Amino acid sequence: MYIIVVGGGKVGYYLTKTLLREGHEVLLIEKDHAKVETYFERFGAVMLEGDGAEASTLAAAGAARADVLVAVTGEDEDNLVICQMAKHKFHIGKTIARVNNPKNELLFKHLNTDVTVSQTNYILGLIEQAIPDRAFIHLLSLRHADLAIIEASITAESPVAYQMVGEVTLPVSCVIAAIARQAELIVPEATTEILPGDEIIAVTHRTEEDELRRLLIID
Amino acid sequence: MNIVVMGCGRVGARVASILDHHGHTVTIIDTSSAAFKRLAPDFSGDTVIGTGIDEDILRSAGIEVAEVFIAVTNGDNRNIMAGQVARTIFNVQDVIVRIYDPVREDTFRRLGLGTVCPTTTISAMIIDQVMGTSASLVRRDSRES
Repeated sequence: MYIIVVGGGKVGYYLTKTLLREGHEVLLIEKDHAKVETYFERFGAVMLEGDGAEASTLAAAGAARADVLVAVTGEDEDNLVICQMAKHKFHIGKTIARVNNPKNELLFKHLNTDVTVSQTNYILGLIEQAIPDRAFIHLLSLRHADLAIIEASITAESPVAYQMVGEVTLPVSCVIAAIARQAELIVPEATTEILPGDEIIAVTHRTEEDELRRLLIID
Repeated sequence: MNIVVMGCGRVGARVASILDHHGHTVTIIDTSSAAFKRLAPDFSGDTVIGTGIDEDILRSAGIEVAEVFIAVTNGDNRNIMAGQVARTIFNVQDVIVRIYDPVREDTFRRLGLGTVCPTTTISAMIIDQVMGTSASLVRRDSRES
């Protein structure tokens, strides 16, 4: 696969290194002359000095035959425009943009970058999961349908404790997928009773995550 | 009309001051408060400090009721992104974005942004002047001979 990486910061550097090691054809585009020289010594001829938002740079990079373009500069506006140029001018099939400000994630999706990577959100998620004794944990966001997988720890105080699954009025786009009770994994039925100590795994629309949290954990 | 201008450089300050003078409701955004010194002394519009690619800043500049959004910072990409935020998120009717790079200007005009490219405009004006001058020189030469 031919992959163009734009932005030679820490992310771009390690990404290029890893992709090369995996045997891909990679080109790293970086504006800063000093960085290009340093990396050139380490990587050899996989560097191109230039502005990745400029059509002439992308043309020199052979963007027309690239399979993937990854924009990982430190500026969201640059990553957005680089991906849009790659898509609309060079028809690169897959463009991936790093989002520095989590607020921009939705906008990037609106504006047609294929994949957005928000490291701030990602790190936040990891930290949230690592904080012990949290009753309601967002495990994963599913990109396509704006769905999330969550985990809720049920205590005796939970509004749904000692209720049967069939009695719980869930928000419209929520499904209880599984209940983990100690070592046992239960596929819930309408008559399954929810007990303190249960871990409920549910799939929910992102917009209903808070409602589900209130329903399962706090009333 | 309600108009939001992003970037209070020479062009932004001038555009904002003139539109304000014509009685429009103008809000101008810049990352530096010092930039607002460029505005006309009688500028009666609002000033907002911040970057126009931030939805919250745009909101506090009144983008939700704006009919026109003008992006004239020095960064092409910043102008393009802000213009797209104004258009797709806030449904601003008229979005005018300055893009120095002619290729980028062409690409985003095709994608529906209102664009102005000083590079092509000014080049054309200069070339016209040069050609106009040389054309008149040619005429004078032929008269003299």
